[in-house]
Amino acid sequence: MTDIIDRLAFYFSFTFVQYAIIVGVLIALCSSLLGVTLVLKRFSFIGDGLSHVAFGAIAIAAAFSLTNQFIVVLPVTIISAILLLRTGQNTNIKGDAALAMISVSALGIGYLILNVFSASANLAGDVCTALFGSISILTLSTTDVWLSIVLSVLVIAVFLLFYHKIFSVTFDEDFSTATGTRAKTYNFILAIVIAVIISLAINLVGALLISALVIFPALSAMRVFRSFKSVTICSVIFSMVCAALGIVISILAGTPVGSTIVAVDIVGFAIFSLIGFIVKRG
Amino acid sequence: MPQLTCEKLTLGYEGKTVVSDLSFAVNAGEYLCIVGENGSGKSTLMKTILNLKTPISGKIVTDSGFATTEIGYMPQQTAAQKDFPASVREVVRSGCLNRVGLRPFFTRAEKQLAEDNMQKLGIDHLAKRCYRELSGGQQQRVLLARALCATRKILLLDEPAAGLDPNATAEMYEVIASLNKGGTTIIMISHDIEASVRYASHILHIGKGSSVFFGTKEDYVDRGGYGA
Ligand SMILES: Nc1ncnc2c1ncn2[C@@H]1O[C@H](COP(=O)(O)OP(=O)(O)O)[C@@H](O)[C@H]1O
Ligand SMILES: [Mg+2]
Repeated sequence: MTDIIDRLAFYFSFTFVQYAIIVGVLIALCSSLLGVTLVLKRFSFIGDGLSHVAFGAIAIAAAFSLTNQFIVVLPVTIISAILLLRTGQNTNIKGDAALAMISVSALGIGYLILNVFSASANLAGDVCTALFGSISILTLSTTDVWLSIVLSVLVIAVFLLFYHKIFSVTFDEDFSTATGTRAKTYNFILAIVIAVIISLAINLVGALLISALVIFPALSAMRVFRSFKSVTICSVIFSMVCAALGIVISILAGTPVGSTIVAVDIVGFAIFSLIGFIVKRG
Repeated sequence: MPQLTCEKLTLGYEGKTVVSDLSFAVNAGEYLCIVGENGSGKSTLMKTILNLKTPISGKIVTDSGFATTEIGYMPQQTAAQKDFPASVREVVRSGCLNRVGLRPFFTRAEKQLAEDNMQKLGIDHLAKRCYRELSGGQQQRVLLARALCATRKILLLDEPAAGLDPNATAEMYEVIASLNKGGTTIIMISHDIEASVRYASHILHIGKGSSVFFGTKEDYVDRGGYGA
């Protein structure tokens, strides 16, 4: 035990490890903040499609050897989010199929671009990183770190400013619109926020695992709590704890960061389901 | 000028007409009951008045009293988000949102308004309960309390009595009638013709085959109700 603590203390003496924890926990916080809304409005589905689009954007950035992929990923994801929102609103089979088409196209074309244009010697490694996150979050550049911090603060600010309106629009669009809270405007804001979160989270967990960061905290909290406020607070804490645990475990065990965090999320979900079951019974 | 004037409205979905040639007007302080069979287009009409839907043809003219900041709306029991975690207090308070503008929080007065309206409708003891775990009648009262928080000049209600027991129904009609005495315009969809005739000042009857009656309650009674 002291051995593990010694090793952790050693790792934590490095600033890049501290940065990794800070960024990881911030990203976890942001992605869980809107979890309830995104899950209940079926935006989580759109988020999944979007993350594939983000993968395509990463492929393009890699093909042009851009060191900062963010410059490509963020705007592409935001624009796609706004476009997807239009089709995704009417939740019918056609809309779902269109979304699935866009997301598999982005995956396919992205891989093709990487194959044809990439100058990298380690193609399989690049693809794996984009899909499942960096093997180690420790490769974050200082620009990445600052960008993550600034964008996280923005996401949190938007959420706090519009908290009550987001609640109302998610609960009852017709009533909100009739009484002057324009649902369309807030759906638009939500779309942009998801795009920002995805662009951020792709660094941490990769394109395929982003949905886990959004879905697990919200669903876990909803097993136990019954009001919007308590569910929101609980998912945020859940998500931050899981991310911190996941990062620490991955450092100690040498496992990939993204999948370790997701594994911790799954365990957390199981625990919360059990608690929810017991509370209901008792 | 009336608060609301509808001229030759035709309503429907995707080009399929539900009601045609509706004309009526509502003045400040009046109490309009909209009656008619299931599926005759009453809810559709209310959504159109609220600008949630565009009419196929016709014109809706409103005055400043019809601003979104003055309106309370109680939808027909919506399929309100099945798994949505929301406490009764949170739902009722969201009715105050048309007063807050861009302010990110509720003032003490707004919170008090929510508490008062919960008390008025006898749901204050449910404040911490989860909305989706309430009975249908309790949910109706929560939605009405939310509408009351939003109302300043006009209250629109879509079958507010659905699912309420007789006592709760009578109480609710009294709450609405006292608001109306205080000057609030009421537009209410109802199945209960007897109560409509008792409380309303005007009746809009949308019948089968586009037969429409609009007039004062007295005229409606003289015609024997359905004859229009
Ligand atoms: N979203 C919708 N899309 C298509 N048709 C609808 C929709 N909502 C209602 N309708 C149809 O419009 C008609 C009127 O519905 P509604 O206004 O809800 O009636 P009411 O409230 O008088 O019972 C019904 O025949 C119904 O089938
Ligand atoms: Mg109806």
